Amino acid sequence: MSEPINFHFNVDGENFSSAGEASVVVKKKLRQLGFPPDVIRRVSIAMYEGEINMVIHANGGDADVTVDDEFITIVLKDTGPGIPDVSLAMQEGYSTARESIRALGFGAGMGLPNMKKYTDSMEIDTTVGVGTTITMKIAL
Amino acid sequence: MKLSELCEKLSLTVVAGENNLDTAFDGVYAGDLLSRAMSHVEAENLWITIMSNINVIAVASLTEAAAVLLAEDVELIPEALDAAREKEITVLSSPLTVYELCVKIGELVS
Repeated sequence: MSEPINFHFNVDGENFSSAGEASVVVKKKLRQLGFPPDVIRRVSIAMYEGEINMVIHANGGDADVTVDDEFITIVLKDTGPGIPDVSLAMQEGYSTARESIRALGFGAGMGLPNMKKYTDSMEIDTTVGVGTTITMKIAL
Repeated sequence: MKLSELCEKLSLTVVAGENNLDTAFDGVYAGDLLSRAMSHVEAENLWITIMSNINVIAVASLTEAAAVLLAEDVELIPEALDAAREKEITVLSSPLTVYELCVKIGELVS
C-alpha cells in the first residue's frame, strides 16, 4: 500500500436509527481491502462504541479512519460536553447515559473500556465544555 | 446445527432472513446490553435477547452473528425489521424466556 486510505463520516447526533452506520461501512471497506477477520472485528467494535458515545453524549461529531502500512487509525472528534473525569469514565460499568438511552440497551458503561481493550493504543484529549477527540490505533 | 433445524425443534417464528436458514450457528450468547453483546457475540453465534430496536440489527451485523433470537415474543419495530431485511440479518422469535431458550438449546446441542 503506497498511499494511506482515508474514510470520513459525519456522525449524526441523537439519531439512534443510523447509529453504527459508519462502523458498518468501515467494516465493509476493510473486508474489501482484505484485512484479517480479527482486525476487522477489533476496528468494528472500537469504532461502533466510539460512534455510539458521540451520538449519546456529544450530539454527534466527525469520524475519520485512516489505513496505512502500519496502522488503522480511528479519530473521533466531537464538540460535546467533554469528559470531566477520564479515569472514572474508563471504569467498566460507569455510565452517565440517560435512562431513556439505557432502555435502548446502551449505557452499560463498557464503551470506553471496550475501545481501549480492542485497540493497541487509545488517547483521549478532552476539555470540559469544548469537546473530546479520541485517537485509537490498531497495529497491522 | 442449522438454523432451520433449530426453528423446527423449538417452533421458532422466522421474522426475517427466510432464505438464510441453511446457515449453521455455532455457540450462543444471551444478553441485552449492546456493549456487552458487541464484545461477546462471536461470528456465527446465535444471539438471544429481548432487545428489539434497530441497534440490535447493527450489532448483529457488526458481530456477524448467525441469527438474532428474540425471546418472549418481543417484536421488532418496523424500522428494525426493514434494517434486518436490508442487511440480510436472520431474526427468529419465540414465546419462551431467555432462560428457557438457553436450556432447550443447551439440550439440543449437547
